Amino acid sequence: MAKLTMVQAINQGLKVAMESNPDVVVLGEDVGRDGGVFRATEGLLDLFGNERVVDTPLSESGILGTSIGMAVYGLRPVPEIQFMGFLYPAFDQLVSQAARIRTRSTSRFTCPITLRVPYGGNVKSPELHSDSLESLIAHSPGVKIVTPSNPYDAKGLLLAAISDPDPVVFAEPLRLYRSIREEVPEGWYQIELGKAKVAREGSDVTVISWGSLLPTCLRAAELANEEGTSVEVIDLRTVSPIDAETILRSVVKTHRAVVVHEAPKSAGLGAEVAAILAEEAILDLEAPVSRVTGYDTPFPLPVVERSYVPSDRRVLEAIRACIKF
Amino acid sequence: MVAKSRSTTKDASARYSPVQILNSEGELTGPSPVIKDEQLVRTLKLMIIGRSFDQRALSLQRQGRIGTYAPISGQEAVQVVSSLCLSDDEWMFPTYRDYAAMYVHGMPLRDLFLYPMGHPQGGRAPESVNIYAISISIATHLPHAVGAAWASKIKGEKKAFMTYHGDGATSEGDFHEAMNFAGVFQVPLVTICENNGWAISLPRERQTHSETIAQKGEAYGVAAVMVDGNDILALYKVISESLDRARAGDGPTFIEAVTYRLGPHTTADDPGRYRSQEELEEMKLKDPLVRTAKYLRGLGLLSESEEAEMWEEAKSLVGDALKEAESIAPPNPDFFFDHVYAELTPNLLKQRREFVPEEAE
Repeated sequence: MAKLTMVQAINQGLKVAMESNPDVVVLGEDVGRDGGVFRATEGLLDLFGNERVVDTPLSESGILGTSIGMAVYGLRPVPEIQFMGFLYPAFDQLVSQAARIRTRSTSRFTCPITLRVPYGGNVKSPELHSDSLESLIAHSPGVKIVTPSNPYDAKGLLLAAISDPDPVVFAEPLRLYRSIREEVPEGWYQIELGKAKVAREGSDVTVISWGSLLPTCLRAAELANEEGTSVEVIDLRTVSPIDAETILRSVVKTHRAVVVHEAPKSAGLGAEVAAILAEEAILDLEAPVSRVTGYDTPFPLPVVERSYVPSDRRVLEAIRACIKF
Repeated sequence: MVAKSRSTTKDASARYSPVQILNSEGELTGPSPVIKDEQLVRTLKLMIIGRSFDQRALSLQRQGRIGTYAPISGQEAVQVVSSLCLSDDEWMFPTYRDYAAMYVHGMPLRDLFLYPMGHPQGGRAPESVNIYAISISIATHLPHAVGAAWASKIKGEKKAFMTYHGDGATSEGDFHEAMNFAGVFQVPLVTICENNGWAISLPRERQTHSETIAQKGEAYGVAAVMVDGNDILALYKVISESLDRARAGDGPTFIEAVTYRLGPHTTADDPGRYRSQEELEEMKLKDPLVRTAKYLRGLGLLSESEEAEMWEEAKSLVGDALKEAESIAPPNPDFFFDHVYAELTPNLLKQRREFVPEEAE
């Protein structure tokens, strides 16, 4: 088994999908000759030709809008939007079109699109290259959103997303594209959508996170462990539909919860997790649910971004406060 | 600079003037394409069905029997003729105002009533009918039509696709992005702009500073034609040629069909607030039904009694369809949980279990 980075695992997942299903097409800005701005689609043009690997005009709404037509007509498009902050111009096509074609046509037409989009900050990029929009998407019925935190999950979730009969946003944490290398099986395997993973077992407090901040949470858990606190870390993997069952099972055991995300705090997905715990497990809680998040500002410029994105220090402090409460 | 750009658009308007074969007096102004007599008679008959449906729908809305409705009166020629040019196995991507086009392509009149009644069956053409689901937001379906036509090309089919929009839609970003993709990827799509003069209260001349809408196609390298949208002969010629080009792999066409919305934008507005009675009276003289009937009478294909019979038949067809529509039961109140995802998510399962319907009004 080869040791791959996340971006290599995604590349391999795309190859496997295109080899096994002739209806899979990849389209987006610079995905062909250039192999994608992060090289996620490298080599696909040579393997599958320019009808299935398409360099499109610079046109986010056009990329997603034409993908919808392709999907309705029987293809399995995998469009790429270069950064999540560039999804805004295509947002109407995502939430009012792709997400609603099934409802509008009472399931005559469906929209099996996998929209690949890198997200997250701390990579010293210009404005609008670092946004995390998962809660906007999670609030939109009809679309799912998935985000891997490691190479193995990236490939398995990508193949599950491409097989899914409904539109899935596949959010790729660009900070983790090349930071982890691990064994990734060749060939086809899927990780079921809608299922969270216990990334680290523990008994004193549950940290719930996803995608870009998983390594941060695992580091914080390790630091807490050195102080004698046993931390369970849950990787949601699928942000919507959310796996409330796995969250509840863990918190009923640990009685404490910290939610960690990079997006702004207010009306972020952390609020949804806190609400699930308040509705379903209030009597099991021994401390308020704590949120460690970005701030309610636009994502800042590179010179200060390290202080915006939750750090292992901030997560550790929240764990300590939760235990001490 | 201003003067120069102005003169450029003037040049464009010289290149784009409406193709006309049948004037508003019902007289030929050029050679007619070859169309069988029965087809000419059928065209008028379908236009009359469209007008009868429209008149009935307007009165039903006033009685509170259907909801908001977007009338088609004045636009029957472009809708009927374009739809007749499209084969049954080819796809149509309509707007919410294309009732006559949808009817001709196979959508039952009953379901066309169900749409403004707010019944889900009105948003879903029967399986055998190749009509896409209507999007209310403007121009959002245009990239979908491009994508479907593109997919068909990738699959190696020889089909043409057709989509519609209004003059207002050409100001939307999705119009631009769709036309640009259509040009770059040379998809087999015919896009028809039903320029009816008004986008709710905004007149055509305030919608765009372009002399014509047709010339916008040129900017994308898409074949562009302007046609008298109330002239069935010119429409047959222009649209069938465009569809044939698409089928032959010769790329997309953008058609500006100049027509007129004789009614309000929808039953929710009053055109008296923004346009003059004089304008309306003038445009009534260009009514495509009047013009077509005059032409057919001149050819000896239509007597007064035959025309009266067409109206009677249309009214009874529409009446029967309405009865059918009104007899269709509403869906279960919890049906809206069924069509969000292929399978209910855990949250939807829970919400559906806890769901208590409100009593019917």
